[in-house]
Amino acid sequence: MHLLFPLVLSALLFAVGIYGLLARRNAVLLLMSVELMLNAVNLDLVAFDVWLRDNLHNGQTLTLFVITVAAAEVGLGLAIVLQVFRVRATVAIDELVELAEPDTQPALPPDQPAAVQPGAVQPGAVRPAGPATARRPGLAPAGAVTLGAGPAGSDGAEPVDGAPS
Amino acid sequence: MTAYEVVFSLLGAIALGSAVLVVSTSNVVRAALWLVVTLGAIAGCYLVLTAEFVAVVQLLIYVGAVVVLLLFAVMFTRAPIGPATDLDSRNRPIAALVALATAGLLITLLVDAFRHAYTDLTAGAPGSAEALGGAVFRTYVLPFEVVSVLLLAALIGAIVLSRPDVGTPGSR
Repeated sequence: MHLLFPLVLSALLFAVGIYGLLARRNAVLLLMSVELMLNAVNLDLVAFDVWLRDNLHNGQTLTLFVITVAAAEVGLGLAIVLQVFRVRATVAIDELVELAEPDTQPALPPDQPAAVQPGAVQPGAVRPAGPATARRPGLAPAGAVTLGAGPAGSDGAEPVDGAPS
Repeated sequence: MTAYEVVFSLLGAIALGSAVLVVSTSNVVRAALWLVVTLGAIAGCYLVLTAEFVAVVQLLIYVGAVVVLLLFAVMFTRAPIGPATDLDSRNRPIAALVALATAGLLITLLVDAFRHAYTDLTAGAPGSAEALGGAVFRTYVLPFEVVSVLLLAALIGAIVLSRPDVGTPGSR
């Protein structure tokens, strides 16, 4: 059999997968398009393995591993999609434009100091205002953002320090 | 055209046609079912290429597990049952252009490079379970173990991500 049959089919499947990846809005449909692309690659691997009559069966073994890793990826990807749906109530990817969580007013943990600024309160990012704030390595220096500003200047929203306390 | 090529062309037509339907249908559930047809046709292509173990693994894992997982996700994300009008973004013309360019690029390169390449499809030995099992458990035993750990990590990660209290404020 001419080798171009599986190769051209693989190229066309890959292109169809790319179209699906770019054109679809639903996150689950995106994952389906990714599966199409992975299958195209698997077909290529198997075709080359059969053509070269590889003693070590590299192509087909790698295909098995790609299938396994793709299954793991789909499982995790769908867990993420479900979590996004729980928080944002949508899985349309062009509606998911903000990385930040929506503004909420959580109950404060009991061990936080009372120096809470009124206004927007981000969960876990409450810091007493002032230069005595313990800075973890890797944060921007105090002068860069409003971390070290006075009580009047800083609000509780810390755009730099969003990590939980 | 030999018989292999005819059969492969028909299977390829099925796979390609159902793949186009996966990415263009307006019904989410039907997209998953067309994906089943695509994956089944690709398993048939593997069979024609004498990779019988890979074909069976493809049917077991892809058709049997991945598509079921996708259907569960379709159900849990309240995807519209029946035709929906908002499944395609506004990028469709550009997406089609990119896809066509990719297809053209790949096909040109492949035709140029493999114009005179023919495979000899002798059945059995190269793609049998015995040969691939020997390869996985001798040559590739370390990647096999690593993939096992990867699957364990993915399983734990999926469980952690699916907990109902992850992501709600005050849970950290």
